[in-house]
Amino acid sequence: MNTQELLPLAVLFSSLLPGLVIFALPESWIAVRTTLNLFGAIAKLGLVFLLLAGVHAGGSYGVRFEVLPGLDLALKADALGLLFITLSAILWLFTTLYAIGYLEGAPHRSRFFGFFSLCVTATMGIAMAANLFTFFVFYELLTLSTFPLVVHRGTDKAMKGGTVYLAYTLIGGTALLTGIVWLHHLIGHTEFAHGGIAAALGGEYAGQLKIIFLLLIAGVGVKAALVPLHGWLPQAMVAPAPVSALLHAVAVVKAGAFGIVRIVYEVYGVEFAQSLNLLLPLAIIAAVTIIWGSFRALFQDDLKKRLAFSTVSQVSYIALGVALFGPIGTIGGLVHLVHQGIMKITLFFCAGNYAETLGIHKVSEMDGAGRRMPFTTLAFSIGALGMMGAPLTAGAVSKAWLMDGATAAGMAWATWVLWTSSLLNAAYFLPILWRAWLRPVPTAWPEEHIPRCGWRETAWLLLLPPMVTAAMTLAAALFADTGVSPLAWARLIAAREYIGLETP
Amino acid sequence: MTDPLIWLIVLPLAWATLAFALGPGRGAWVAMAGLLAQLWLAFALAQKIGAGGAALSHAVGGWGAPLGIDLAVDGLSAAMLLLTQCVALPLAVYARSYFKTGDPAGVWFWPLLGFLIAGLNALFVSADLFNIYVTLELVGLAAVALVAAGGGAQQVAAALRYLFATLLGSGAYLLGVALLYGAYGTVSIATLTPLVTGEAPRLVWIAGILMVSGLMLKTALFPFHFWLPPAHGGAPAPVSALLSALVVKASFYLILRLWLGPLQPLLPVFAWGMALLGAAAIFWGSWQAIRAVKLKRLIAYSTVAQLGYLFLIFPLLANPAALKAGVIQIFAHGLAKAGMFAAAGVMIKATGQDTVAGLAGAVERLPVTLFAFGLAGMTLMGLPPSSGFLAKWQIIEAALAQGYWIIAVVALAGGLLAAVYVFRVLRQAFLLAPEGRAMATVPRALEWSAFALAAASVLLGLRGVELMRLVGGA
Repeated sequence: MNTQELLPLAVLFSSLLPGLVIFALPESWIAVRTTLNLFGAIAKLGLVFLLLAGVHAGGSYGVRFEVLPGLDLALKADALGLLFITLSAILWLFTTLYAIGYLEGAPHRSRFFGFFSLCVTATMGIAMAANLFTFFVFYELLTLSTFPLVVHRGTDKAMKGGTVYLAYTLIGGTALLTGIVWLHHLIGHTEFAHGGIAAALGGEYAGQLKIIFLLLIAGVGVKAALVPLHGWLPQAMVAPAPVSALLHAVAVVKAGAFGIVRIVYEVYGVEFAQSLNLLLPLAIIAAVTIIWGSFRALFQDDLKKRLAFSTVSQVSYIALGVALFGPIGTIGGLVHLVHQGIMKITLFFCAGNYAETLGIHKVSEMDGAGRRMPFTTLAFSIGALGMMGAPLTAGAVSKAWLMDGATAAGMAWATWVLWTSSLLNAAYFLPILWRAWLRPVPTAWPEEHIPRCGWRETAWLLLLPPMVTAAMTLAAALFADTGVSPLAWARLIAAREYIGLETP
Repeated sequence: MTDPLIWLIVLPLAWATLAFALGPGRGAWVAMAGLLAQLWLAFALAQKIGAGGAALSHAVGGWGAPLGIDLAVDGLSAAMLLLTQCVALPLAVYARSYFKTGDPAGVWFWPLLGFLIAGLNALFVSADLFNIYVTLELVGLAAVALVAAGGGAQQVAAALRYLFATLLGSGAYLLGVALLYGAYGTVSIATLTPLVTGEAPRLVWIAGILMVSGLMLKTALFPFHFWLPPAHGGAPAPVSALLSALVVKASFYLILRLWLGPLQPLLPVFAWGMALLGAAAIFWGSWQAIRAVKLKRLIAYSTVAQLGYLFLIFPLLANPAALKAGVIQIFAHGLAKAGMFAAAGVMIKATGQDTVAGLAGAVERLPVTLFAFGLAGMTLMGLPPSSGFLAKWQIIEAALAQGYWIIAVVALAGGLLAAVYVFRVLRQAFLLAPEGRAMATVPRALEWSAFALAAASVLLGLRGVELMRLVGGA
């Protein structure tokens, strides 16, 4: 085996092996567990940077194993996959730090971190899958490894959330599998390729290909929380905060969104999908999801539920960008995959901080929280402003590209969808900020767990991750035009995806 | 006497006798040593056939057919031999810790296990129909005795019902063999195969129907499954595991053997009927599993459902992928169900309750066992990367290739139903334990042997190629 083959495997195993070892560790071996966790996260980050450098230089990385004759488990690290891998690897490190702080003294930490590592492994597999078969393997693995995290607390409410989650994802998985086997039967393979593989089949299969597209998108749409398949996401918010943060802001929903990107660009090919008239319905579903999610968020008093509906809305920006036929919209959608992840994880970290430190779970309890926890609230404000698309935040960059993309594609209505969503975002985020900063401090907090200690408003492991991700939200916008930003990478992908087309 | 075929039959008989003489303590070690040697033999045999691609045969005592006993091995039988030893060895490790000293079921377990394994191995290598009958009876009687060995009233009742079913099944089979002998004057599979044609006399048709019906009864295909849930649900856990993983597969293997061999011109008429029963088994078995109160009853009904998948392949057999799907499903279910029964045995031992509801809090005390249950459940649901997934994939693809949509739909729906009953158990185990409920500690060997079986069922999903190559030559 050479480096080209070893590196993708190493990325996978850097979280799989620590995860498996952690399962076997006794609960009290805190230091060993923490070391293993951090070692895995840092090692993965290092490996991912090696891959980034390699792929940027034009190298190709991949490995495949024959599972059945004619059916390969195949991994490849291409530019598109690396976008998702890098995001997950960076956020995994910070979420691990956060989770160590968050779960201090809580029971069943070995189980938690074990499944947590498995989830990250599955996410990496999804990002590196080189064909739909491999994608599906890791996609279902993600479903299974997330379930124990959702029901981690073992309460009846957690069980209900977990059951709803499974019902949605397993049925979605079945639709996805049907589509994949069907496609495999028609084409003989399901490899991802630039420009797609379905176009080669010819016109007489158009009808079947449309049904398959519907099955595939419904399958990944469950995880991407497209309306009306989004019902599990708010329910799954019973999970502990680090799980909500990484999995329901990044790994799980992004796995769905990423699946949409792969299916549209590398299975069907964006031009072929356009010729089958598949992109417009997708854009409409995405638009409906964007508006509906924002609208529902308005009426949630539970902070995490409000964020969850906001996720429903924001993830569909990616789908919308993909469905806008043209490189500019593609860049907007892809860059939002990263930007939304950074911003939303910040918000979830902060929500966890409020709950852990002061016992605040509801928006109506947020009065004066900014005075008591200025740093957390600052980070929260940056994330929230980003979501609204305020200037100098990552959200503004993605929104600008999406708007341009919509205009370039001649779909002016999509710009109105984005504007409406921004207004709604403001309508459900600004009251929170107003309460936190401007309302007076109440006489007593709902349940104060962590007392203030000098300038430090809460445990430093809880404070550091949201501060860093908030800073990243700003940095992604301020340095958007440099070579190392998510935007630059998204442009690289678009340039490779739209070969022969003019790229901005 | 250097032929592995002979040793695979002689060895278990030898250690069964030794175990009887030595008693359960030392007998268990002899059995495990024997099984280890058999596993090695089965591997060597599979490798030889996989490499050469040709079938091996052996005439016992130098007397070939039609006078003597012929043994023959091809890819399919080598695969079955391999599965048998692979499942039996971890279960032997499991059983050694499972039976307490002085437990009557434990005393009889080891000799009976030896006879059961010898019967299975002989069945898989037999080359004539009458010899198969003898091995079928040996397997059936050993299995009934294993169920009854516990001595409880319920177990004896279940065993009697089982005995009735198995005798009726092999009786029907024997009658069919006799009719075939009357028509053609031979019982050798190889000689019969070219003789039977589509224009065969009515008597041959009746013979075929009798044989297959008897075997379906022994395979517990819906609606002949009535004997299985009490027998498999009531036996001690290692016995349930052996029965569900191996014994029902033996009679299915014979149906497959007849189908691919002598009865090939006759049986395709019944292909859709069998698939229909298979589909009914999937829905009925899953539904009963979803409703079951007792844990082992749930798993036993799951066996009824999973056996249904095997019968879905018959209308598809024109496509070579269908046979492969069947074999990998036999492996997947064999390993997973053995692991699942073993895990259930651990949970019942630890909680002292045999209901699903009694499992609350099991995840805290028995993480390894629950993990094993989850992995086995993955295989039963057909989720990747397990071997059950490969089976499902191949069934669906073969069904699509031949335009038989409905089979694909049944297979997919069956996976979702399996998810309902598997997660019913897992969900219960994740609930917080009721206050003040203590759990007994269980030996680690129990937990880890269950885990090994379940993990094997998942890991096979990553390396299905070798197995497929082995069967491809059949």
